[in-house]
Amino acid sequence: MDNRWLRRFTVVVAVCTFLLVVAGSLVTSNDAALSVPDWPLSYGKLIPPLEGGIRYEFAHRAMALLVAILTITLAVWMERAERRRWMRLFAWTAVAAVFLQALLGGAAVRLVTPKTLTIAHACLAQLCFGLVTVLAAGQFLRAPSFLKTGETPAPLVAAVALFGQTILGAMVRYGVTGVAYHIMGAGVATLLVMWAGLRIPLTRPALALLSLTFSQVFLGIGSYMARIVNVTTPQPMPLTVWFTAAHVAVGSLAFGAAIVLTMAPPVAHGGVALA
Amino acid sequence: MKKFWIGSGLISALMAAAFTLASCGGSDTKTEAPKAADAGAAPAGGAAATPDMDNGGTITGKVAFDGTAPKMAVLDVSANPVCAKAHATEPLRSEQVVVNGNGTLKNVFVWVVSNDALKAKTWQVPTTAVTIDQNGCEYKPHVIALMAGQNLDIKNSDPTNHNIHPQPTVNQEFNESQAPGTPDITKTFPREEIMMPVKCNVHNWMRSYINVVSHPFFAVTGDDGTYTIKGLPPGSYTIEIVHEKYGKQDQQVTVGAKETKTADFTVKG
Repeated sequence: MDNRWLRRFTVVVAVCTFLLVVAGSLVTSNDAALSVPDWPLSYGKLIPPLEGGIRYEFAHRAMALLVAILTITLAVWMERAERRRWMRLFAWTAVAAVFLQALLGGAAVRLVTPKTLTIAHACLAQLCFGLVTVLAAGQFLRAPSFLKTGETPAPLVAAVALFGQTILGAMVRYGVTGVAYHIMGAGVATLLVMWAGLRIPLTRPALALLSLTFSQVFLGIGSYMARIVNVTTPQPMPLTVWFTAAHVAVGSLAFGAAIVLTMAPPVAHGGVALA
Repeated sequence: MKKFWIGSGLISALMAAAFTLASCGGSDTKTEAPKAADAGAAPAGGAAATPDMDNGGTITGKVAFDGTAPKMAVLDVSANPVCAKAHATEPLRSEQVVVNGNGTLKNVFVWVVSNDALKAKTWQVPTTAVTIDQNGCEYKPHVIALMAGQNLDIKNSDPTNHNIHPQPTVNQEFNESQAPGTPDITKTFPREEIMMPVKCNVHNWMRSYINVVSHPFFAVTGDDGTYTIKGLPPGSYTIEIVHEKYGKQDQQVTVGAKETKTADFTVKG
């Protein structure tokens, strides 16, 4: 089977998963997380009245259903067309992760958003995006080279650090911890990203990772300042909503870039080896 | 073939978990049976205590506002056409700080802080419910107070969906939708809790506060900024006011039988 279509499909799945993460961020930022108090139906129907916060929550659920279908389709397709066993394993892991993510989301609604569940939901969302990023990148790159040739683990460490920032960010978002830990984590993650990005010849993935991480720092400052300015406002303000959503989005992209950099074998002349 | 059975088993397990989850949890539109009768049951060995309106003490006062009345933000209600229409001519403003025309503060919760003397008695829970109405895409009233175990009737007078989501710290949290024209939802809170925030996740500007007290000595200031608490057993008490923005203040008051004491407060803006 021609792998061009499989490659394109993995990119579509990755993009849709990214959009799902953004949709989830908009739900939280607009305080719409429980605007649909039942699950799996919405107000007892397939399509609820689309008003107020329900629009964000239902869009998130519709996107989640789409991503689940796409991920299952991808796994089945890879089972038939992908020669590399580790890729097929990642594909089915992504399916399991998406199902688990749906259960976490449903539990958060049914149990009225206990903080541990909502934080787990936010973190697993990033892992789901990471998994599909691996699948998409794997269509264009070889397997992570450092595992075989002893190359630097810096990109993997950077990816782990960025995921750690996701956990801390979610804890800040849901009021479990103060912002200080997240800010300190940003400093550590930025240094690790620089170690990963500047140590290896500056390939496109490295440049993307550095750009996204530095942008993320400024978006984080913007989110924080927007919250301070609007701390007494009676409803979520657009400035806060969009800064926070952008911060989550770019954070996901940075995490994805770190994963791609982990998988991209170093090339002496600055290019990226293709699979 | 082996992979097929493993995969099928995994998917079946996940679907079983999903069905189990879908059938549990508390976020639905069932109404709970009123519990006022149970909460007001007499303790073993005697009837529940009631305020002594004939011989008890009275504490009264007002909550003045010192400063320029802040201008409250106009709320963006455009997310719902019904709400936008309801406020087409007069914009809906936040009720975070409402300064009355006479320079007093509205929506201040005033209560006698529960002390050992009050906690020693089991107080009769009123059988009448306190009502909170979702009307004009806002909660009316903005601040309410009721006794632990007293019925709270949640009404939806709007031609649109609302969901009522209190966020208590010591009581049970719930989140229930309420379609237009559906019966009132009745809830009770068994534990004392002050300034429990309430929000609607469909309309993110809607805010109110519920105060739950274990005895009947409390009030909420209205359009004249005053409060009156009657029927207190003679003794020394701490009178506390609580405002959502300006926090707490308290005074010590000693009141005798049939005596009226005044405890005025001033909140600096």
